[in-house]
Amino acid sequence: MEVTTKSMPYEAWKDNEYIEKLVNELRESGTNIVVGSLDKLINWGRSNSIWPLTFATSCCGIEFVSLGAARFDMARFGWEVARSSPRQADFMMVAGTIVNRMVPVFRRLYDQLAEPKYVIACGSCAISGGPFRKSYHVAKGIEDIVPVDVFVPGCPPRPEAMIYGIMQLSRKIKVERFFGGVNRQEKQKEFLAAHPVEGVED
Amino acid sequence: MANITDKISKLFPQAVIEGDTNPVVTISNEQWHDLALALRDDADLKMDYLVTIVGMDWTENLGCIYYLMSTTYNNIIGVKVLAQGDRAMPYIASVADVWNVAVTYEREVYDFFGIVFIGNPDMRRLFLNIDWVGYPLRKDYDENPALNPISTESERQTDFTDVYTLVDGKVEKHQERIFEKEDFVVNIGPQHPATHGVLRFRTAVDGETIKKIDVYCGYIHRGIEKLCESLSYPQTLHFMDRMDYFSAHNYHHALCMLYEKAAGIEISRRAQVIRVLMDELSRIASHCLFIGTYCMDLGATTMLFYTLRVREQILDIMEKTCGARMTFNYDCIGGVMQDLASDFVEDVKALLSVLPKNIKEYNEVFTGNVIARNRMEGVGVLSREDAIAYGITGPSGRASGWACDMRKLQPYSIYAELDFEEVVATEGDSMARFKCRLREIEESAKIISQLIDNIPDGEYCVKVPKLIKLPAGSWFQVTEGCRGAFGLYLESDGSAKPYRLKVAPPCLPQACVVDHITRGQKIADLITIGGSLDYIVPDIDR
Repeated sequence: MEVTTKSMPYEAWKDNEYIEKLVNELRESGTNIVVGSLDKLINWGRSNSIWPLTFATSCCGIEFVSLGAARFDMARFGWEVARSSPRQADFMMVAGTIVNRMVPVFRRLYDQLAEPKYVIACGSCAISGGPFRKSYHVAKGIEDIVPVDVFVPGCPPRPEAMIYGIMQLSRKIKVERFFGGVNRQEKQKEFLAAHPVEGVED
Repeated sequence: MANITDKISKLFPQAVIEGDTNPVVTISNEQWHDLALALRDDADLKMDYLVTIVGMDWTENLGCIYYLMSTTYNNIIGVKVLAQGDRAMPYIASVADVWNVAVTYEREVYDFFGIVFIGNPDMRRLFLNIDWVGYPLRKDYDENPALNPISTESERQTDFTDVYTLVDGKVEKHQERIFEKEDFVVNIGPQHPATHGVLRFRTAVDGETIKKIDVYCGYIHRGIEKLCESLSYPQTLHFMDRMDYFSAHNYHHALCMLYEKAAGIEISRRAQVIRVLMDELSRIASHCLFIGTYCMDLGATTMLFYTLRVREQILDIMEKTCGARMTFNYDCIGGVMQDLASDFVEDVKALLSVLPKNIKEYNEVFTGNVIARNRMEGVGVLSREDAIAYGITGPSGRASGWACDMRKLQPYSIYAELDFEEVVATEGDSMARFKCRLREIEESAKIISQLIDNIPDGEYCVKVPKLIKLPAGSWFQVTEGCRGAFGLYLESDGSAKPYRLKVAPPCLPQACVVDHITRGQKIADLITIGGSLDYIVPDIDR
C-alpha cells in the first residue's frame, strides 16, 4: 500500500521505510472489512483537515506566519484554520525554544488538546535545545515533555520544510486505526504514564 | 564632555571620573541617589534617559554600571556603583523614583546578580521562577541542573512582592501586595494570539476598565548573556539573530561594530555600505510584518497578505546573498560573510519601484478606514516625558515626539553622510505609532536608493585573525534596531571570550510601559496598545 498525499508521487518521499513499517503493523493486526473501510473514510477526512494550534515562542513562529500567508499558502492543504484554543486544534506545531518556565504551560496546552492529537517539533530548539542547549534555562528538546510525531529540522526551517513536515503527519494519520485501533493511543498512554505531570493526581 | 565631568566633580568631589568620550563616573553607594537626582535635574547635565543598568560581578565585589543619556545635550555617561554588604546580601540604593524604567532594570539585575535595590517598590525576580536557586550571571553560579530541575508542575506564584529598606545599616525585607485584596485579576497569556509571543499580563480589571497590569516575563528567557561568556567572540555573534529576529542584521551589525572598535579593526567602505543596505532592508521587512500582524490583531486579516508580499520579496533578496530567510548570520568581524549576489542591485531596484504603490495601497485599505481610526486614534497616549522616563525608543518613542533615532543622535557606520529624515510625530497614540512605522519604510527606501547605485568596489571582508583576543577594557555603544535603541556593553579581561556582554534590548521597556499606558483604558484596547508598541518577546527575555 502506497501512502501518499495528493499530487505527491510516492518516490518523492524521503523516508518511506518508516511509513511502510506502520503499514505492516496495521496489516499484521488485521481487521474486518466494514471497520477497515470506515477507518479509511475517516482517515481520509482527518488527514486532509488537520488544524494547527497557534503556538509559537520565537523565530520559527514567524516562518509559520509566512506559511499562512499567500506565498506558501497552507490553505491549499486544509491546514489554514489555525486555532487559538487548544480545544479546537488537532496538532501543535512547537515552533521555538521551550524554556523551564514554559514547560508546565506547554505541557498543559498539550493536555488540553482534544484527542486524537499530534505534535510536530519544529526547529532545532524544539528538537534538542539548538544553539541554546547549554543554557541554564532551556529544555533540551521537547521529547521528554510530550510525545512527538514529526521532527522538522532547521533554524528556523524553511516554510517548505514545514509543509513537508505537516504532510508527513498527514501520511501518518492515513495509516492510523480509528476504530478499535491501539497502535498509537497505546503508545501515547505509555508515554504519559512514564512522564506524569508533577503535582497533579489522576 | 569636559564641562560635564567638571560639573560632576564640582558637585561630588569624591567621584572618580575616567575616560573622555564616554566617561565613567565611580561613586559610592551613599552618594549615588543624590548624584542621580543631580544628573537628571541639573540644567547643565539633564541626563533624563536611563539607557540601561549593567549588573557586574568582578568576583571580589558586585556592582552596577548605569548608562545615562541626555536628550538635550545628546551625550552618554556611565556611573559605576559598587554594591555594599557581603555576597549574601549586596545592596545598592534604588533610583526607581528618578527614572521610571529603573524599576524593571533593577529587577533584572536582582534576578541575575542578587543585588538588592533599597527602595525599589517591586523587588521580585523578573525572568526566573521565585524558587530559582542561585543568581545565574554571577561568576560562581552553580549550573548543576539538579538544583533547578525542569518540572512540569506549575510554578509557585505569589500575590506579594518584596520591598527592601535600610534600617540602621541593616537590610530589612517586608512584603507588599501587587494587587489590592479585592481586585479582580484576569490572566492574559502566555499562550494568547495577541501577545505576539509568550508574554503574560496579569490584569486587574474594574468592569471593563484596566486598573493595573503586572507584566510577567521569562517564558522565553534563554540566558544568552551567560552563554556568551563561554564562547569565543565570533561564536557569540549568531545569538544576535535570535533575539529580535526582525532586526537580525541590525543587531549583528551592532555587535560586529563593537568588536571591531575594541580590536581596532578598520573595515572597508564596501562592507559598510552593504551592512547599511541590509539594515535598512531589514527595517522595511520588519515594519511590513508589524503592519500585517497589527492589522490582524485589530481584525483586518487581509492586510497580512498584502504586507507579507513585500516582506517575501525582501527575504528573497536576502536569501540570494546571505543564504537564509531568517537568522542570516551575515555580518562578521571585519566585514560581511560573502559578497553580494550578482543581481542584488537589480532586485533591490525592483523592490524600490513597487514600494510606493504598496504603501499607497496600505493607506487606502487600512489607515483611512473608519473602524481602524476609531480603534487607534487617541488610544494609549504616551506623553514625551513618559516616553523618556520609561525609556521608550524607536518608532514608539518618536511617535510621542521624542527624536530618539540613534542613527541621528549617535551616528555610526556611514549614517552621518546619508540624507534621511527622522520620522517624529506628536500625538503619542496608537495611530501615531502605526503611522511612524509606515513613514519609516519610505525613509529607509530613501536611504537604500542613495546607496544602491554607489556601492563602492573593494574587499567585502578584511583579513582578521581566526582567534580574536580583545584588549582588557570596557566598551559601550547604542545603535538603532528596528524597534529602538539597542545598547551593548562589553567588558573584556584580555582573553578570547567576553568577560561580560550585556545586551540592552529596546523591547523590555516597551513591554513594561504597557502597565502605565493602559491604566484606565478599556481591556479591549490592551490589544491595540500592545500591538502598536510592537515588542518582540525573545528580545525582552533574551
